[in-house]
Amino acid sequence: MTLAVASSGLTKRFRSGQVAVDGVDLAVPAGSVYGFLGPNGSGKTTTIRLLLGLIRPTAGSHRLLDAPMPQAARDVLPRIGALVEGPAFHPYLSGRANLRRLDAADRTVSPSTMDTRIDAALERVGLLAAAGKRYRFFSLGMRQRLAIASALLRPRDLLILDEPTNGLDPQGTREVRSLLSALAAGGATVVLSTHLLSEVEQVCTHVGVMHLGRLVAQGELAALRAGAAPRIEIRTSRPDLAREELSRLGLTDAARQGDTVTAQLGDVAPEAIAPALVHADVPIVGLRVLTADLEEMFVELTGEGFDVTG
Amino acid sequence: MSPANTPAGRRSADETRAVETSAGEARSTDHEPAGGGRRWSTRLFRSELWLIFGRRRNWVGLAVLCSLPIVINVATKVSAPTGGGPDFFVNITSNGLFAALASLVLELPLFLPVAVAAISADAIAGEANLGTLRYLLAVPAGRTRLLAVKFGAIIVFALVATLLVAVVAAVLGLILFGGGPFTTLSGTAIPFGSGALRVLLACLYVTVMLAALGAVGLFVSTLTEQPIGATIAILVLALGSEIADAIPQLHAIHPYLLTHYWLSFGDLLRDPMAFDRTVPGLLSAAAYIAIFASAAWARFTGRDVAS
Repeated sequence: MTLAVASSGLTKRFRSGQVAVDGVDLAVPAGSVYGFLGPNGSGKTTTIRLLLGLIRPTAGSHRLLDAPMPQAARDVLPRIGALVEGPAFHPYLSGRANLRRLDAADRTVSPSTMDTRIDAALERVGLLAAAGKRYRFFSLGMRQRLAIASALLRPRDLLILDEPTNGLDPQGTREVRSLLSALAAGGATVVLSTHLLSEVEQVCTHVGVMHLGRLVAQGELAALRAGAAPRIEIRTSRPDLAREELSRLGLTDAARQGDTVTAQLGDVAPEAIAPALVHADVPIVGLRVLTADLEEMFVELTGEGFDVTG
Repeated sequence: MSPANTPAGRRSADETRAVETSAGEARSTDHEPAGGGRRWSTRLFRSELWLIFGRRRNWVGLAVLCSLPIVINVATKVSAPTGGGPDFFVNITSNGLFAALASLVLELPLFLPVAVAAISADAIAGEANLGTLRYLLAVPAGRTRLLAVKFGAIIVFALVATLLVAVVAAVLGLILFGGGPFTTLSGTAIPFGSGALRVLLACLYVTVMLAALGAVGLFVSTLTEQPIGATIAILVLALGSEIADAIPQLHAIHPYLLTHYWLSFGDLLRDPMAFDRTVPGLLSAAAYIAIFASAAWARFTGRDVAS
């Protein structure tokens, strides 16, 4: 399978000694929508900066659209639209003038099509009417939309978007989501860095999870999910007894919450549980097998801690 | 082009190829160029000039630069100088063109350096501070190209600022004091046109001096993400050089100071023109430009852009 983004051992150690990105081997299949997940400070943005050649790796290498970086940057970066660490534009220029400036920096596009391309990009993000305003008067959502528009100034083969729905209202979030789907349907590969798991569940085909600078999981979303440990949930009027019985059956991590008991299913067949519980005099009100949802998977991989890991 | 092997990916690659083909056929017309094909274009440079000259802050700065020639002319009209005072002052009443030279003499120690410092500090540090630098580099603008464009724009700004001061001063001077034959500093009279040409040469000389400061500023600008800090650092260097130049005990280093030859443009108004200070001045500026533009390039092309 062709990879739109492939890195091997990508590492960035800052002068402070902090290792922000540690031996990351990204594999983003062409045509996929790749959810790049990780808690704040896990190294997602630094990885994106490395990919775009804004910072140089301490070790490792990577390829974008099958071309070696940074050697092929001049040829390959025009085919990539990027949003890195939030929008950034000149505050005293209008939205449109800011897009003109970025377009002027691109030597591979025709100036004669600039206005049509800018209009099309603004239209796609719903900013056409407000584009004449100075950027300093834009709301956060409008700024975000303008940044997305700048990534769409020309047809792209790869989009690397760092938290594109940050600051958007629910409607804007939905629009961006459908925009991403449309881009993916058009054949572009999308790398979507985010911490919104619902976003990933709705649009992504592949997922990579960063934690403490390392890529701790990567693969097809469906496969990752299937690999995650399922749990069983039992509702009963005798929860304590149920918990004991589940533990006796060999299920681990049995926990009670109100009249509900859950446990890690492990190797035990789910159909064997109900008869065993009934046999042990546990009245069953409800029984459910839970496949791991993304949030649980995420927490399992990156830890419960709320603290930002420096 | 790397054809993706998903059906959707293949479609995109085909589309891109179609664009390339049509461009290949129609290269002579103004069509979309082949993917990855680069063209020589002044678009980024023009965009850069627009950024500088479209910004209100810079308009205010230029207006401040223009206020001094007005003050000088009006003051001279109200009370004609009787000798003494800065260079060229006594000559204004004999020929309005001298107002341009007097203005440059007064603006060179501080006002023009402040203007060039502010613009050159903005070059990289300003874009880094706004975060626009990362987006320009992701386009990709190319680091060397961006630096060249920035330096070119600084030089254009220095030229515009110098000419603006000179033109405002000269026009007002000619209105208030008249023109006519131009008396050189050697006492000979040359036609008005030749005199004006000499003044233009002086302006170009001043521009080259300011371009040297701009090169220093460009380098300082690659060191930081704070344009204000960069502006102050550049001014400290310029004014420090002027102060060192005024301390006689430091005469051994005087010829190497950035500002040492700045006011030598007066030599261009002698008859014949004197080059014993202006040529070293130009060489000194060229050396400063070569050294600091190279340093800026070395620093910027190797730097991590983490802003």
